[in-house]
Amino acid sequence: MNASLAIFFVLAAVAVAAAVSLILQRHPIHSALSLIVVMVALAGLYLLMGAEFVAAVQIIVYGGAVMVLFVFVIMLLNAGEEEHTSFSKLAGYAGIPMAVAVAGLIAAAITRSTLPPAQDPTALTSTRSLSMLLFQDFVYPFELTSFLILVAILGAIVLAQREGN
Amino acid sequence: MSEFLHQYAFLIVPIIKVAILVLVLLTVDAYLTWLERKVIAHIQARWGPHRVGPHGLMQPLADGLKFIFKEDPMPANVDKPAYFIAPFVALMLAVTSFGVIPFGPQKFTLWGYESSMGIADVSISLLVLFAITALGVYGVALAGWASNNKYSLLGGLRSSAQMISYELALTLSVVGVLLIAGSFSLREIVEQQGTANLGFLSWNLFGFGHGIGFTQIIGFSCFFIAAIAETNRVPFDLPEAESELVAGFHTEYASMKFAMFFIGEYTSMVAVSCLATILFLGGWLSPFPASWTFTYYVPSLLFIPFGLWLIYDGIHYENIFGRIVLPGIGTVLTLVGIALILFPPANHLLQGLFWFVLKVFIFMFVYIWMRGTLPRFRYDQLMSFGWKFLLPVSIANVVLTSAVILWRMH
Amino acid sequence: MVPTSYYLILSAILFGLGMIAFVFKRNIITIFMAIELMLNAVNLAFVAFSKAFGKSDGEVFVLFVIVVAAAEAAVGLGIIILTARNRRSLNVERVDLLKL
Repeated sequence: MNASLAIFFVLAAVAVAAAVSLILQRHPIHSALSLIVVMVALAGLYLLMGAEFVAAVQIIVYGGAVMVLFVFVIMLLNAGEEEHTSFSKLAGYAGIPMAVAVAGLIAAAITRSTLPPAQDPTALTSTRSLSMLLFQDFVYPFELTSFLILVAILGAIVLAQREGN
Repeated sequence: MSEFLHQYAFLIVPIIKVAILVLVLLTVDAYLTWLERKVIAHIQARWGPHRVGPHGLMQPLADGLKFIFKEDPMPANVDKPAYFIAPFVALMLAVTSFGVIPFGPQKFTLWGYESSMGIADVSISLLVLFAITALGVYGVALAGWASNNKYSLLGGLRSSAQMISYELALTLSVVGVLLIAGSFSLREIVEQQGTANLGFLSWNLFGFGHGIGFTQIIGFSCFFIAAIAETNRVPFDLPEAESELVAGFHTEYASMKFAMFFIGEYTSMVAVSCLATILFLGGWLSPFPASWTFTYYVPSLLFIPFGLWLIYDGIHYENIFGRIVLPGIGTVLTLVGIALILFPPANHLLQGLFWFVLKVFIFMFVYIWMRGTLPRFRYDQLMSFGWKFLLPVSIANVVLTSAVILWRMH
Repeated sequence: MVPTSYYLILSAILFGLGMIAFVFKRNIITIFMAIELMLNAVNLAFVAFSKAFGKSDGEVFVLFVIVVAAAEAAVGLGIIILTARNRRSLNVERVDLLKL
């Protein structure tokens, strides 16, 4: 059990616990906070794999902008706690064992396949090589995503206008 | 014992550095509040704290005791997890940002572990700082919402919307520096500014002597204005000003939790000043060219007269406590100055740290000076300034810098 | 060294949890957050494969996924705000005017 494996298990446990907490919480703001914990744990896992730029972008964009948007909307809409409705017994007693069985099947299939060997945390992806790829091989999708963001901004502004303006 | 130290040095040395940093940081924060009250008072033609110790130097201690002993009421119907987490998040993020800031150029080896003058030397330290700034919005937003108070909610939402808007201008104004330095690592950015032997003219602010750079005055102005808006200071402090919205997002916080917000705000101010000196003002580089080695004695030349003046001023102080403490501090400073002249290795070690601290102190003084001088923006003026003026100017700075770099490369 | 399959199993677990949250929760914002959780799980799988094969193409794709998720969150939350204002509730079971 070396240091990388120990850190992986800690971060993975935190991510899974936060994802379970997202399901179990009643108030959406607590679910949002749990999702932020998942994203920070995933950023830690990206760092463990050596993808440092992706980890930083994950925290800056996902954790610092997208989730702030979620938190703002929850605060503005004053979302209350979920109402208590009846839980379907079929879903509870048959669904969850089946989900666990499917997950176990997938896990078994993954571990038995011949994948490339283990991740090396010291093989850092340099930002320079990433930007070479982004601006030379993938320049067309890059420009398309900038157009997509422009369309999203226009859409959000149009949606936010009140009637009669 | 020595074997244990050598084996676990990679863990023990950073822990020692973190302990020293947190101690120094909290003391600096406390005396920053003293400095702010004194400077603003003198700007407003009054004295400020001058009773609680010589020149009011014990005032932070008194404030700390007050915060510890004050009652900590918790309003009814607050959202308990968010209410308790928000001040912790604000303080923790502000202090964590010091983990990647380099304070000096030296690398030293302790128990077989080589480390630098800074806690961690990461290759993406600038991105880590931006990530921490991005997460800092949560402290404010959660505090405003959890307080079950409509004024706090409005203040929290306004403050976090302001922080997000100016975060864009903050990150874009730094891109010019990144283009010149070619790296995200703060240490490499400072070292790149020191390659030309021109002293302060080779800092990124002026940008002479490299052949690949361009003056970053526009970027520096955008960065500094955006940083003031990020830390919610005057003139951008509408969401937390005392005469508006009661007290904004920290209305319902008292005593220790309010102290945590307070310390978090000052710590983030110091962090942003450190970042500004590293990116634009050359970090630990001396303003004199590196080949003028006689300028290594400038710190001593500043310490010795200041120490002697403190001794002289303290001897004539009104009460006995001041007559002991002030000359004591003055003697220590004079002895440090003389020791620096007599021991060149120590002098060499402290050069980088001295210039870094001096530049950060200048930024803090400008922050406090602005608080005493400027009125505050109205909220819609603030938002339109951030989106309609600062963001386009930052983008124009990026375009201009990259155009100059491309032109010079041919 | 952590085997690649560990990361893939974690990604599958997170994706499954996101799916469970998507199916069982009733608040529209929580359902949207479950979608973001599923996207994050997929990002983890992308980065794991990218580092396993040594090429950085997977990481570039992760950047694109993050950008698209941000754009989708912006527009989606705008629609959610309008719907909530219209139906005065954030419960998806209340938006049933087209039911038979």
